[in-house]
Amino acid sequence: MSVLRRVGMTLGLPVILLAAWWFASAGSTSFFFPPLSEILDSLVEEWFGPRLAADVWPSLYRLAAGYALAVVVSLALGVLIGTSRTVRALTEPVFEFFRAIPPPVLVPIFILLFGLGDGMKIVVIAFGCMWPILLNTVEGVRAVDEVLSDTGRVYGLRGWSRLRHLVLPSASPQIYAGLRQGLSVAIILMVISELFAAENGLGYAVVQAQRSFAIPETWAGMLMLGLLGFLLSLLFRLVENRQLAWYHGLRRAQRSS
Amino acid sequence: MLDVRGIQKVYESKDRTVEAVRDLTFTLPAGELACLVGPSGCGKTTLLKIMSGLLEPTSGEVRMEGQVVNGPPPGMAVVFQEYGRSLFPWMTVRDNVELPLKQKKLAPARRKELVEESLAAVGLAEAHAAYPWQLSGGMQQRVAIARAVAYEPHVLLMDEPFAAVDAQTRADLEDLIRDLWHRFQVTTLFVTHDIDEAVYLGQRVLILSNSPTVIRDDLAIDLPDQRDQLTTRSSPRFAELRARVYEQIHRSKDAAADADAEQPVAAGPVSGPAPAAPDHSGF
Repeated sequence: MSVLRRVGMTLGLPVILLAAWWFASAGSTSFFFPPLSEILDSLVEEWFGPRLAADVWPSLYRLAAGYALAVVVSLALGVLIGTSRTVRALTEPVFEFFRAIPPPVLVPIFILLFGLGDGMKIVVIAFGCMWPILLNTVEGVRAVDEVLSDTGRVYGLRGWSRLRHLVLPSASPQIYAGLRQGLSVAIILMVISELFAAENGLGYAVVQAQRSFAIPETWAGMLMLGLLGFLLSLLFRLVENRQLAWYHGLRRAQRSS
Repeated sequence: MLDVRGIQKVYESKDRTVEAVRDLTFTLPAGELACLVGPSGCGKTTLLKIMSGLLEPTSGEVRMEGQVVNGPPPGMAVVFQEYGRSLFPWMTVRDNVELPLKQKKLAPARRKELVEESLAAVGLAEAHAAYPWQLSGGMQQRVAIARAVAYEPHVLLMDEPFAAVDAQTRADLEDLIRDLWHRFQVTTLFVTHDIDEAVYLGQRVLILSNSPTVIRDDLAIDLPDQRDQLTTRSSPRFAELRARVYEQIHRSKDAAADADAEQPVAAGPVSGPAPAAPDHSGF
């Protein structure tokens, strides 16, 4: 019963919205608002057809590469900045400046620097989504509990093992908060980086469809992006729940005591 | 074994200077179980941090087995008061106890043996796979003690380890400490603000003055070696020793109040009597 209820709670509203859309658009003759049935046909035929390999995979590949690059750079820099007061004082103003630049305006500049290929798009994604990850890592690393840190010192935890067994796990709840924000920024930038001078990708394909008046396909592209974002955040939550199981347990124990 | 010589600690900030510890000198011979007792806020934790190499003294030095301590020495383990913040919540009980042994580069078989032995010694043989936050406060402190014991330290420092557990658990843990000390013969310094606890546990009680701290008295506890919560605590000798410690601590509070009235942050000598030699006469 409770499983059934949970499934019902999760799927209830999406089903109602889709049904409403379906019936409201069923007899539509408007060119710009095609019936949902046509949109879904296009989704299956185009997006899960030839476009899956031609546009969805290239987008996902660039998203993964850009996100991975941002994670590696942000974690390394974040640990460095979070550990050293001097480095923090030196870098903070510069980072505040870079962070304030809206990443889309960097696309034209990155095109000049990195050309039109995948490299440029990966750098745009990485540059845009690294800030929440970096700043959260810095804060997490700074906030390592003093008693835990003393304990680590007493028991000979130094260098790499201190980082691996003490600093990173202790900062991980905050790092995950940053990773989650970073992921949604990365998805936005994946699309934006494909709007300029691209030859494939989800963003490119949606714009092309719109320009060639393939309206059902344009709508279907939007659905595809929504679906993708949803699946990625589901995947993210799965990983996070596994990695932070201790943290959620600790929080529950603290609340109930 | 552990030599504390002329330790002084002055905290300096922009607008005031606080002398937390003035002048502390004492020696712990190998295998001794000594208690350090003093009023709240007398710099016990400061002293313990200096002894464990976590804090630099302003002057003086600590020597362990002849070596000057300037960083946590490898043969020393510390049990902190805040057990909830001293165990790694992302690790199971077993991993918490094993991590320091990995740092010591012990072989896996030896690590397993030490982890099992020490967890069994604190009565937690069944809790290997649990996370610390799944255990009660007293059990968490047992894990911290097991971690210290498994480390096979030459010196064990304990900073008010039972201040945050309930009375019954506390009595059990006190007996556990005596028991472990008998078994492993580790040189142990137990810091507490509880006079009864200090007298019950120690072979010797060092009494600290109020801040700026000096040693007020160094008292040998001549109670029988086999101690028992009921009979030991109700013995007349226990009451005498307890009264003696109590009196010393109170006198030191009065002395500090007098000194404060004269000079807030005095650099001169303490106005009370000088640190006394061990005295077995009772009163």
